[in-house]
Amino acid sequence: MPFIANTDAQRREMLEAIGLSSPDDLFRDIPPELRCRELKLPGGLSEQEVHAHLAALADHNTTGLVSFLGGGIYDHFIPAAVEAIASRSEFYTAYTPYQPEISQGNLQAIFEFQSAICRLTEMEVANASLYDGGTALYEAIMMALRVTGRNRVIVDDSVSPIYRTMIRSYTRNFGIELVETLSGQGLPDREAIRRQLNDQTAAVVVQNPTFFGCVDDATDIGEMAHARGALLIVSVYPISLGLLKTPGAMAADIVTGEGQSLGLPLSFGGPYLGFMASRKALVHRMPGRIVGRAADSQGRKGFVLTLQAREQHIRREKATSNICTNEALCALTALVYLSLLGKQGLRELAQTCADKAFYAQRRLLKVPGVTLRFPGRWYFNELVVDLPLPADKVIRKLLQRGMAAGFPLVRYWPEMDHSLLIAVTEKRTKKDIDLLAHLLEAIL
Amino acid sequence: MKLIFEKSMPGRRAVQRVPSGVRASARIKPKLLRERPAELPELSELDVVRHFTGLSRHNYGVDTGFYPLGSCTMKYNPKANERIARLPGFADLHPLLPQLPGGEMMVQGALAVLHEMDRLLREICGMAAFTMQPLAGAHGELAGAMIIAAYHRDKGNRKTTILIPDSAHGTNPASAAIAGYQVKSIPSSADGEIDFDQLAEALNDEVAGLMLTCPNTFGLFNPRIKEIADEVHGVDGLMYYDGANLNALLGRCRPGDLGFDIVHLNLHKTFATPHGGGGPGAGPVGVVEKLVPYLPISLVRERPDGSLYLDYDPPKSIGYIAPFYGNFAVILRAYAYILMLGRDGLLRASENAVLNANYLLDRLKPYFDVPVGRPCMHECVFSASRQAKKGVRAMDIAKALIDRGFHPPTVYFPLTVPEAIMIEPTETESKETLDEFIAALVEIARLAEEDPEAIKSCPKTTPVGRLDEVAAARKPDLASL
Repeated sequence: MPFIANTDAQRREMLEAIGLSSPDDLFRDIPPELRCRELKLPGGLSEQEVHAHLAALADHNTTGLVSFLGGGIYDHFIPAAVEAIASRSEFYTAYTPYQPEISQGNLQAIFEFQSAICRLTEMEVANASLYDGGTALYEAIMMALRVTGRNRVIVDDSVSPIYRTMIRSYTRNFGIELVETLSGQGLPDREAIRRQLNDQTAAVVVQNPTFFGCVDDATDIGEMAHARGALLIVSVYPISLGLLKTPGAMAADIVTGEGQSLGLPLSFGGPYLGFMASRKALVHRMPGRIVGRAADSQGRKGFVLTLQAREQHIRREKATSNICTNEALCALTALVYLSLLGKQGLRELAQTCADKAFYAQRRLLKVPGVTLRFPGRWYFNELVVDLPLPADKVIRKLLQRGMAAGFPLVRYWPEMDHSLLIAVTEKRTKKDIDLLAHLLEAIL
Repeated sequence: MKLIFEKSMPGRRAVQRVPSGVRASARIKPKLLRERPAELPELSELDVVRHFTGLSRHNYGVDTGFYPLGSCTMKYNPKANERIARLPGFADLHPLLPQLPGGEMMVQGALAVLHEMDRLLREICGMAAFTMQPLAGAHGELAGAMIIAAYHRDKGNRKTTILIPDSAHGTNPASAAIAGYQVKSIPSSADGEIDFDQLAEALNDEVAGLMLTCPNTFGLFNPRIKEIADEVHGVDGLMYYDGANLNALLGRCRPGDLGFDIVHLNLHKTFATPHGGGGPGAGPVGVVEKLVPYLPISLVRERPDGSLYLDYDPPKSIGYIAPFYGNFAVILRAYAYILMLGRDGLLRASENAVLNANYLLDRLKPYFDVPVGRPCMHECVFSASRQAKKGVRAMDIAKALIDRGFHPPTVYFPLTVPEAIMIEPTETESKETLDEFIAALVEIARLAEEDPEAIKSCPKTTPVGRLDEVAAARKPDLASL
């Protein structure tokens, strides 16, 4: 039998030792009428057969596309050392580090991850991870409600529509007033936010770069929010922080993001990595695990899970969140990735992405009929162009030629049926960008 | 070990710059840029690899040794699944591809994995349909509680309360609360079962449902489970099955047949995907027929021609709870695992899990108090109250096990047992390993009588001794800035 160590002889010996005559006796507490019939499942397969079956299914997917898909999930190059380290089974076959003395490797790595997130965002504290960028943003909203004791939240619609749909589902069972403001020209509309801010507002939520790829400085939004006693929550794309003004410098109170771009494969949607950072004064209201430095009786330094009085295993229904298992291995992966890129490498990578996106912008605007949806904005590595034909039609044609041209914004904004969201990472070459332009020229 | 930031050497680097290949330079307005680069470490690739290899040697995983952490099902994680998860046909697949016109046909292999997994889990659990969306066990609980809320709202029921036994995992009450419910805790009787009379008393029209594990956190199967379900259904409450302990029941009985309406599974427990030092997990949720309309978006469905598509529009759905299709690469590993085990492998898994736990229970009974004098299922619970009288507490025993080369069992859970020690050996361990573990615990029990200090000063073999958690929480030092 696969993965069973006990031999038939050992099983007999053990049954005898505990005074049973048959393996069925092990289940004698289950009344016969509650036992199930034989499961209608196939018999077991060898590793070779299962691998062949899954390899065949993998071949049914198309992964050789020249892809300009982004929308929060980006195709960055992953150095080999990232996977080599994340594949060490001392890390990946361990449980949550409840026994610190034999989990110092994992605990120190989480502490370093928290530190790296703080350095990246210029915030004071970070947690050990959350599931993904969307649940992290929802948790940030819940945290803001606890911090302020208020129940109204303003989310600008330049925040990922995927995250906004998630937030709507989660807040349905509460008396939370969720206000979604309409962005203007790719950025949050300051006036719209000002009109919605009141003394019951717990937080204003923005994203940088916005879902449309536009780069913003939310400092003024933070000032507006703070003047009414509300918090500023900023969702960020971590690679962009190699270049862009940090949420810390904008006086954000809570920062969240999707860490997939930090060395995690696309993997059809997961596992990914939610991260969260905040001002230190708010840490007692933060969800999720947090690692802190400690010392033993001999003064040796080490690391432990700390501030656990916030968590479900202590506080049960009064906990700051229900999260238990988070994304520890993904956090380790992100830390290794950031350590390999280093101080200069991350800045250069961000610049390369921005340069290539800038080239794409210039090149695509030379295609007759193609215009920038939000002219006059600054872009990082993603931008919206308007096409003379419905974007869906163009995308379908280009897919047939082996290219994923981008994401059609009509999926979330019905009026933007000609708009295409194009993401460029360091993996897209000049040739890829030129090919996109040529194909557009051919069909438009 | 030094922090990675403390090893930084200005000017050193690992990753070399990739030429952009374009003659364009994005000059973003300076006001929108960060003032100075993020203070990430400057290291060579070898520096980084040595740092993390060093850290890994200060960690203990299932591959290192026996990891009998109760309620966590630390079984072996087959290597085949790791390789499958890295197949480029899966790893390089962008989750938005199926949302492009014409893109769905380019992800048929991935959709087939989700679809097949749904079918396998339905059969294993006796449910009508599964969602793969939830990203961890507790996330599955929350999805389940949201489904309960949607069902009652739809029926016009005014329900305010979810009942949870006091021996339950903390995520149960936390998840119910986040879904907007009040939580009422039901005491366990002396045999570790939910107190039937107290439950009956708590049942009224405001009860939305009952969350239970089965076997319970004492590792016991409740023979009255069907009666409990009938009572809860009697007030139009829903029965929620916390799948943390499903490993004991694989192929023996099914939550659906026991009267449960909603089930969440922990793929990282029952179906052998790695715990990763605390995630990623995956928490698929299964429901009975009447709850299918409320499952989260999206759902994989089959067209008459056999092709698969994603349904984004089930009108009564609780909506999106995750950005895409769940933790796909985790689901993939679990799918491969179930295929390798097959029907007979699942039966053999539950048999050996229960046999190993009962063998441990039987052999350790003379040395440690047993709160319930009944054979167990997949895990057994002891109390160190006898040793505590000598000053040796459950945590001391845990630390002494570390020095003997084992990962400790779960201690101080369930909360209702004083000095609880909860041991779950899993089916992948051999009798020899169990015998070595038993010998270690017997020796520790003897030392607790004869030389308690020898136990209380453990661990001595680890890079650090017991860390002062109280001081750490009082003066939090949470990041190197």
